Amino acid sequence: MACQGLQKGETLASLKTESDGLKKKLEVERGKLNDVELHQVAEKTEVLGALSIKTRRVLKGHGAKVLCMDWCKDKRRLVSSSQVRTSTDLWTREHGVSLPCTWVMACAYAPSGCAVACGGLDNKCSVIPLSLDKDENLAAKKKSVAMHTNYVSGCTFTNSDMQMLTSSGDGTCALWDVESGQLLQSFHGHTADVLSLDLAPSETGNTFVSGGCDRKANVWDMRSGQNIQSFESHESDINCVKYYPSGDAFASASDDATCRFYDLRADREVAVYQKDSIVFGASTVDFSLSGRLLFAGYNDYTINAWDVLKGNRVSILFGHENRVSRVKLSPDGTAICSASWDNTLRIWA
Amino acid sequence: MQEQQTAFATFLMRYSPLEVIVVEMQDPKSGVTGSEQKLNVTTIPHVFAGKDIIAWIANKMKTPPEEAHVFGTMLVAFGYIYPLQNHKMLVMCNDTSLYRFQVNPCFLRNQLTNVFDVVAAIYLAKRNIRKKGMLEPYEQAHYNHLHKWLNHKWDFIVMQATEQYKAGKERKKPDRVVFDCQERAYWILNRPPRRTHSAMDCGPERLIDPNEDENMFYQQAIMRSKVKSSVSLGALVKYITTYKTHDPFLAPCQPSNPWQTDNDTYWTLNMRGVDVPTKMRVERWSFSLFELLTDLRGRDDFKVFLKKEFSGENLAFWEAAEELKWGTGSSMSAKAETIFKTFLAPGAPRWINIDGRTMGLTVKGLDHPHRYVLEAAQTHVFLLMKKDTFFRYLKSPVYKDIQKKALSPETHNFSPAQLEQNAQNRSPGIHPIILWQQEEEEKAKTAAASAPVDVKAMMSKIDRKK
Repeated sequence: MACQGLQKGETLASLKTESDGLKKKLEVERGKLNDVELHQVAEKTEVLGALSIKTRRVLKGHGAKVLCMDWCKDKRRLVSSSQVRTSTDLWTREHGVSLPCTWVMACAYAPSGCAVACGGLDNKCSVIPLSLDKDENLAAKKKSVAMHTNYVSGCTFTNSDMQMLTSSGDGTCALWDVESGQLLQSFHGHTADVLSLDLAPSETGNTFVSGGCDRKANVWDMRSGQNIQSFESHESDINCVKYYPSGDAFASASDDATCRFYDLRADREVAVYQKDSIVFGASTVDFSLSGRLLFAGYNDYTINAWDVLKGNRVSILFGHENRVSRVKLSPDGTAICSASWDNTLRIWA
Repeated sequence: MQEQQTAFATFLMRYSPLEVIVVEMQDPKSGVTGSEQKLNVTTIPHVFAGKDIIAWIANKMKTPPEEAHVFGTMLVAFGYIYPLQNHKMLVMCNDTSLYRFQVNPCFLRNQLTNVFDVVAAIYLAKRNIRKKGMLEPYEQAHYNHLHKWLNHKWDFIVMQATEQYKAGKERKKPDRVVFDCQERAYWILNRPPRRTHSAMDCGPERLIDPNEDENMFYQQAIMRSKVKSSVSLGALVKYITTYKTHDPFLAPCQPSNPWQTDNDTYWTLNMRGVDVPTKMRVERWSFSLFELLTDLRGRDDFKVFLKKEFSGENLAFWEAAEELKWGTGSSMSAKAETIFKTFLAPGAPRWINIDGRTMGLTVKGLDHPHRYVLEAAQTHVFLLMKKDTFFRYLKSPVYKDIQKKALSPETHNFSPAQLEQNAQNRSPGIHPIILWQQEEEEKAKTAAASAPVDVKAMMSKIDRKK
């Protein structure tokens, strides 16, 4: 066995050399078509005026760190999850559902508005049908759909209530049939925890992007389970990935205190959003409706709004008293909601 | 082609009939009878005679001896069994020639499984046998992990581990100790326990040998067509410019942003079922077919146009295909059948005009429907609508008409007192569940209204009336 090990060791080394060579070749190929930089193309675009974004609502009601939130398609309701429970929150009412697990790290609203999904340290992602009856015990109707071998970090419904995509600390993403709980496709390729995923906004809706602790952002084909593109330029864990509204690019937020912008057709990173004064990790990002603004939440309690084209920061949103865990644009782009470890959610417009 | 290879590889990984047979052959009770044999001066354990193997195969697979012989030769050719004499000829001889089962998967011809993981699994399984289930925590974790990922090969792995364990026991004690130390050192180097420093450390705990898969991935990435930055970045900028006036953070909402003024007229005017849409909304439909179809009110308007052109079947097919793709697994077969009868069968009431090749492939695929069986046809139809129908719609009287009728609400101008009032009168709007129920009812009504007329049923009704 030992001599075979040596043989294997030799093979590993030669594979690694081949791998490094190929990596360099890929960079050369990418570089060949790199005829212009984003800020150069952006020179012709007019400068943004000053934005006056204010907190319009502060939603209190969670008794613990709020870890995730998602908007309902009706543009007013949202679901949020925290260290101890999940609740669906409206302008005026609150409907709390308790789940028997401590960190509910992921939650999502179903496209129909009739159910929510949530998951976390229980290694599962469950679907809870909502009800018009305020007093109904929703926890009783909870149904487990996704089963991972480690925590669930992100979940989203696809174009219908019937399918769900999850990302997990076990290094995989998976597509599930909600009704039967069957695993339809699993996505292997990350070499560490996957922390975030986002579905592409396209007419085919067949791809999604994921980011993880291996510093990689991977783009996947939902049909075949294949990893079709990969980007590795962050210097630390990627906490969040989000598609540009046209579906041809995406942004990522990382513990290395930067957010980056990747062009999928050019197959490369095209912008880095950073500042010497920003030293804490970015945990979450989302674009404004036109894609011109990138909102990013940081561990220093602030939200920064970046000009995607010109690369400069246009606004800082203060207000939270602890880490910002999630920012999400409302479905019609009229507001941004932020969730924070200070137990509150804020709506900005 | 690449997809076929992936599918093939996946199939083989999950179920290798050859491996199943090899496992059965080595079963101590029902497998081939082995023995210790003297080869020259050495006694070699677990040896099998060619004729015994062939006889076993013939019996098990109910084949004539010639076929069993061929099968046996295949097992030798593919490396599952190796000869102890006549090494150069990788065939099986139907006589007393001696053979052994290949125990070391490094020498097995199997390009499809990740060899390193299988080797690791065998090592851990062997340790598990030796230590009678008492593995170190990190080994146990790794063992559990591999058990899950290589579950389909686990019988094979346990068999190999048992074989190696038996072979190991036959070594002289000093040799055994040395060998064990060598082996253990190798594994600590290549699969270090968590939080220990290893010179081979290449990042966070690896679940897959990074280099093997990566090289193939890099090669594919190099081959993939890329677009010039000026082109793709230009497109991104164009998108921003197009949607600039529609972005509530960059341009004011008309009449006002409900979050800023607490007045939800903006939402009411833009509801799903509204009779007259706003000018901004109608403008947005012209940005792309995707926008037009995503806004259900826009889709309705498009349908009005298509009805006038008697070409509604393309969109209907596209919608049905979407429902199949995103629906429940259990409803797939029924949906596939309905779609075939309505859109694809020769003489179907809403037959779609797609090229012969796509039609052929689609119909064939419908024998065993899966989520993406209509993908090719759906893409074809969508492209047709995108490149032709959509542009004709934008020039049509239907669209021009709705453009004229569309509303342009006046900007709100609330006084501070009014804003206070608004804040008091916030409404939660219609509950999404109720909205969804209403929409489902509408959908059912439209489906019933537009369903192809069953001529036979109608005729029989008329006959009955007579």
